Amino acid sequence: MDPFSKPSRRTLLKGAAALAATPVTGFPAVHAAEPVTLRYLGTAVSQSADIARKVKEDLGITLEYIPVVTDEVTKRVVTQPNSFDLVDTEYFSLKKIIPSGNLSGLDAKRIKLADQISSVFTKGEVSGKRIGDQGTAPRKVFYLEGQTGKTFASAPTEWLTLIPTTYNADTLGIRPDLIKRPVESWKDLLNPEFKGKASILNIPSIGIMDAAMVVEATGDYTYGDKGNMTKPEIDRTIKVLIEAKRAGQFRAFWQDFNESVNLMASGETVIQSMWSPAVTKVRAQGVPCTYQPLKEGYRAWAQGFGIPKTLSGRKLDAAYDFINWFLSGWAGAYLNRQGYYSAVLETAKAHMQPDEWAFWMEGKPAEKDILGPDGTLIEKAGATRDGGSFDQRMGSVACWNAVMDENTYMVRKWNEFIAA
Amino acid sequence: MNDLALPRTGETAAASIATAPRPRRRSLAYLQAAPLALVFLVFLVVPLLLTGIVSFWEYNEYAITPALTLQNYTDVFDGCLSADLCTTVRTYLSTLKFVALTLAITLPLGFAIAYFLAFHIRSDTVRMGLFLLCTIPFWTSNVIRMISWIPLLGRNGLINDTLRSLGLIKAPIEGLLYSDFAVVLAFVHLDTVFMIVPIFNSLARIDRSLIEAARDCGASGFQTLWNVVLPLAKPGIAIGSIFVVTLVMGDFVTVGMMGGQQIASVGKVIQVQMAYLQFPAAAANAVVLLAAVLLMILGLTRMIDLRREL
Repeated sequence: MDPFSKPSRRTLLKGAAALAATPVTGFPAVHAAEPVTLRYLGTAVSQSADIARKVKEDLGITLEYIPVVTDEVTKRVVTQPNSFDLVDTEYFSLKKIIPSGNLSGLDAKRIKLADQISSVFTKGEVSGKRIGDQGTAPRKVFYLEGQTGKTFASAPTEWLTLIPTTYNADTLGIRPDLIKRPVESWKDLLNPEFKGKASILNIPSIGIMDAAMVVEATGDYTYGDKGNMTKPEIDRTIKVLIEAKRAGQFRAFWQDFNESVNLMASGETVIQSMWSPAVTKVRAQGVPCTYQPLKEGYRAWAQGFGIPKTLSGRKLDAAYDFINWFLSGWAGAYLNRQGYYSAVLETAKAHMQPDEWAFWMEGKPAEKDILGPDGTLIEKAGATRDGGSFDQRMGSVACWNAVMDENTYMVRKWNEFIAA
Repeated sequence: MNDLALPRTGETAAASIATAPRPRRRSLAYLQAAPLALVFLVFLVVPLLLTGIVSFWEYNEYAITPALTLQNYTDVFDGCLSADLCTTVRTYLSTLKFVALTLAITLPLGFAIAYFLAFHIRSDTVRMGLFLLCTIPFWTSNVIRMISWIPLLGRNGLINDTLRSLGLIKAPIEGLLYSDFAVVLAFVHLDTVFMIVPIFNSLARIDRSLIEAARDCGASGFQTLWNVVLPLAKPGIAIGSIFVVTLVMGDFVTVGMMGGQQIASVGKVIQVQMAYLQFPAAAANAVVLLAAVLLMILGLTRMIDLRREL
């Protein structure tokens, strides 16, 4: 074999690769040193292309979205803390994430609007009124003892776990056209009247809290903390669910956003646990759907930005710049227009039309047609938002999405429910 | 031998060629098998070993710690000694039910299609064309093929709407979707081709003169099928069955989507545990599942000696 007589396949391939690579490596060198890219880990729902475009315009920061499902966000932060520069995660996940030591506390001094963040987070209050505290209320996990602390501080400190991005109050979605009577209580979810037409979400930690809302609504039992049940309380709740399942109460369980939309829009279910944008999507298909306020209150959730411990230098500065930009109004207005709530309401208000603000935040009838951020019609003039104003909705929060101390046991019992 | 021959290198080379062709050929064979063995080692044996090891570890909400505990296994079988069936037994019974139902339908169906392709189609071109036709559904993903059933079977789906407009039923048939029926339907849809291919392969290799001989000896069509074709198709049937059994045992997407998440499956239990960072518990469940599947395959290979038949 004479190496010079004919080129081997390998050298040919190498040559081809080099040829192909040349324009790619050569091109961006001009301004490669300038822009910063932040790898943004979160769920697809919160990762909007509009926000990425706007932040690129305003700050020159490129957002590289890593969209995964809620549980996967937590798993990534715990198991692959170097795979992202910024994470948008749920407050309840913090009970798993903070002890892992993979996130760094955010310096309140570098967050310009830190003192204007909604009192829902800082004090657990809405307009001076205490709101439900059960479960992993953000108030309980808002501050850290130190920058790299693994314990939550009970009093305000200068180290914040997450900077809130969005939060909302969840309730049941119903099909008013098929139910044809007012629904006022969580207990209707397991009402035999809706046999074979109800659904609950198959995400154990959230599903069990919806079930607990039902149990309390029937007056059978009052929990010490629905978001942190004892083993007998878990047994009791799962027993109720199993009985309902065996009686054929549920049409299906849903796990992701689109499943819940399809179940409701196709009429497979008429009452189910639901998320607010899913209700909007059902309505956008021309199907009547109400995000029904209930007298026992809402199950709330909140999420926010965290940064990994390893982030440093320009990327760290960029992360703080981005978070400050996020609180400064444009993004807040964008989120409020989708029915979420933003962390600093004052700045968002400045970026919204007065009629938009009145509709979304004050619960007033729409003066003119209400458009979504992408310009699609969401509500016609005269409509009011389900549940009313910010104060009414967030003020009626009963409990928060949570991770229980008995989480492992709960998951096991939930599997029992699914297998029953 | 090398040591002895050291002084005269020329002779050694000649001697080794003359006296030791066997080891060299054998080492060549090992070398040829090495890439595949390496792939299996890295992507099958090592992950399996790790899964086995992790199944004995301890865990909490955010960390797993090396240990040697049987807790994960006792959790899997928690309550199984009491009178009421425990979660694991229930789950496996439900999964086994689907295995049995799916096998009972895909086996005759797959055999019939393969038989038709192998014996009734005369032209090779048409045969290949029809064979490829069977694989067309695989051009789209599993999930899409499943979702496509939903508008058909739903409460206000195509079937219910048609039956209602024809006046055959008054209330929609609820059991079409999100039921055992829907799950089995999807499994048959997805897995029949895994039966067709190996059985077709076995049938295609049957010497046609054997069938002529059977006919000459006065065997009826059924006798030929039962005494000649079927025994010779055994390896294909066994391989097809192994495919179907393993596919159904490990599935959780089909059961979840078509069963409306209301029907338990082992895969789903594992997925939930993974999502909640309970890796050791998930690993223990995976080991139990693996053992169950291996036992079933062992049973199948007991019935048919694949090594001999191939």
